[in-house]
Amino acid sequence: MATATDKIQRLVDKEYEYGFVTPIEQEVFPCGLNEEIVRMISAKKNEPQWLTEWRLKAYRYWAQLERAGAEPRWANVTYPPIDYQSIRYYAAPKQRKRPRSLDEVDPQLRATYEKLGIPLREQEMLAGVAVDAVFDSVSVATTFKEKLAQLGIIFCSFSEAVREYPELVRKWLGSVVPYTDNFFAALNSAVFSDGSFVYVPKGVRCPMELSTYFRINAAQTGQFERTLIIADEGSYVSYLEGCTAPMRDENQLHAAVVELIALDNATIKYSTIQNWYPGDKEGKGGIYNFVTKRGKCLGKNSKISWTQVETGSAITWKYPSCILVGDNSVGEFYSVAITNNYQQADTGTKMIHIGKNTRSTIISKGISAGHGQNTYRGLVKITKSADHARNYSQCDSLLLGDQCGAHTFPYIDVQNPTAQMEHEATTSKIGEDQLFYCQQRGISAEDAVSMIVNGFCKEVIRELPMEFAVEAQKLLGISLEGAVG
Amino acid sequence: MLEIKNLHVKVEDKEILKGVSLKINAGEVHGIMGPNGSGKSTLAQVLAGRETYEVTSGEVLYRGKNLLTMTPEERAREGIFLAFQYPVEIPGVSNLYFLKTALNAIRRHRGLPELDAMDFLALVREKMELVQMDESLLHRPVNDGFSGGEKKRNEIFQMAVLEPTLAILDETDSGLDIDALKIVARGVNSLRSDERAILLITHYQRLLDYVVPDRVHVLYDGRIVKSGGKELALELENRGYGWLEEEAKVEVSR
Repeated sequence: MATATDKIQRLVDKEYEYGFVTPIEQEVFPCGLNEEIVRMISAKKNEPQWLTEWRLKAYRYWAQLERAGAEPRWANVTYPPIDYQSIRYYAAPKQRKRPRSLDEVDPQLRATYEKLGIPLREQEMLAGVAVDAVFDSVSVATTFKEKLAQLGIIFCSFSEAVREYPELVRKWLGSVVPYTDNFFAALNSAVFSDGSFVYVPKGVRCPMELSTYFRINAAQTGQFERTLIIADEGSYVSYLEGCTAPMRDENQLHAAVVELIALDNATIKYSTIQNWYPGDKEGKGGIYNFVTKRGKCLGKNSKISWTQVETGSAITWKYPSCILVGDNSVGEFYSVAITNNYQQADTGTKMIHIGKNTRSTIISKGISAGHGQNTYRGLVKITKSADHARNYSQCDSLLLGDQCGAHTFPYIDVQNPTAQMEHEATTSKIGEDQLFYCQQRGISAEDAVSMIVNGFCKEVIRELPMEFAVEAQKLLGISLEGAVG
Repeated sequence: MLEIKNLHVKVEDKEILKGVSLKINAGEVHGIMGPNGSGKSTLAQVLAGRETYEVTSGEVLYRGKNLLTMTPEERAREGIFLAFQYPVEIPGVSNLYFLKTALNAIRRHRGLPELDAMDFLALVREKMELVQMDESLLHRPVNDGFSGGEKKRNEIFQMAVLEPTLAILDETDSGLDIDALKIVARGVNSLRSDERAILLITHYQRLLDYVVPDRVHVLYDGRIVKSGGKELALELENRGYGWLEEEAKVEVSR
């Protein structure tokens, strides 16, 4: 007799769909990390002296941490020690010259993106999404650039930004996440190979969603992308990021850094769908997703909103945060994290209130299935200067089956008596009673689970831009078909 | 419409139904009464396809088909509706969305086009009136935070929308005040038709004042010990179940 737990298990056991490898000639560096490798990466990209120096400083800082065994161990995840000398820090599709248009991009590569459901051309024409696709370490093609350029918006690969807009990069790089911030941020600062750069000038509302698609293809490769987004006074930008990787038996490291800066009256909305390879059913392989994402609401009335749907990776270590410096600035964090099989996630946010009347909202939805372990870890800090700051936090956990776990670690640090704090947390389970009730009304068990999971995540999914919401629901095994209310 | 033949059911090695036979024709309303623990709810759950109950022997035919091999959702799509004694809460899923998903699953099964949002809403408004349900309940999560009476009314409302061929009401009357009971009865009566059968499982005769049954059966210790017309319900109300114990013993020893 199939129990509800079995049924749920079958549903969550769907195979990883994006686990193919693209046979493209790669240019790779030897494994291992030392000053020479850092210099090679920098030289490969024709970087200016100051950036090479910055990387080296970061490398030295990281190497010192590594020697001291200072890799962070406080997260509620377990994994064997990472051998940083067995990782390759640079891999790029071989190409003689940079593509000038989409037509010049390697057709194999284009096919990969189409398999992933992001046909660049189609997106260009239909969806109005500008895509900057990063394949392993190098940005492949940037669409829509001209249209955006007319508005003065810069949307390009990080390497290009270093070449074309060095003063902007130099001014803001590391201003939110300094290389001394943490172990993985230091590593990224030393070896980052590419990523995305966005600058939205004063008063401009970016008319389309800007999108980046990351994919790890080469074996034994780490991916270390760096994203920097600056929204100047009174501007608005919405940025989307999606990720996948092939299935491989060994674990692969992904240590990205994302920095956001919002000046007076500016808004940045940053959405992520993370679907890196999670490992197989026994927990073999999968991506280690150790990412530092942080935004600074530097200007008054500025706003930074993070939305993430985390379904992939063997281990997720990620805390998209907001530093609310400007008076009346707003920080938001909406998250759905799913762990299945032997996946582990330790994710959450930090909201640091510095300015007056700053507000933050945290909505976190954790779903655990199989042997998955899901941890919410969050810090809300109200500093002395943050008069009348407000925070609302809600952390909900949904359990499917009886082998998984949900954990919540909310840290609250209030140094100003005018602060208003609210925290709510719930844990629930999809029960056999609920499934039977749905089935008795004619709804299959599969659809019932989808419907319940969908309902559970609703508050987060609705924060996503439309086209992303659809993908997110697909990822949750959910169809939007016939959605009412 | 429904024919139960010598049905034996056990749960966790305990036999609950010990040979139930019952026949219900289209157009009929049958009442099943009996004391606590007699197996009334087990019968309802088995008919709906609950997997925790094990059918050890016997047969159930529904419109000539073997009901026991169908999954719960197939039974529902074939027109069986169970109004739950304890309706289940589903947080995060709106009542309206739930009902639309259910209705369209049933319609697909029957080769009918799915209803779009407008047609569905029109249907829902009409049925809502029938059970005098507040519209705000439509937009709330399924049964979440509903009062006991609201939950029961919601069951009848769902039944009215899904228009089943065989409706089984498992103690829908329990915990209702007299006004709510009348509303529920009105909902049930509106469904009465020549094509439908209704099985009312109840503890008390009260509901049968408002939904007058064609037949009444008494379930006692896993067996139907007595069947009769609507007057049997009154007799039970007056005399209780005690006198049946003697008759049951006679029945078994025979």
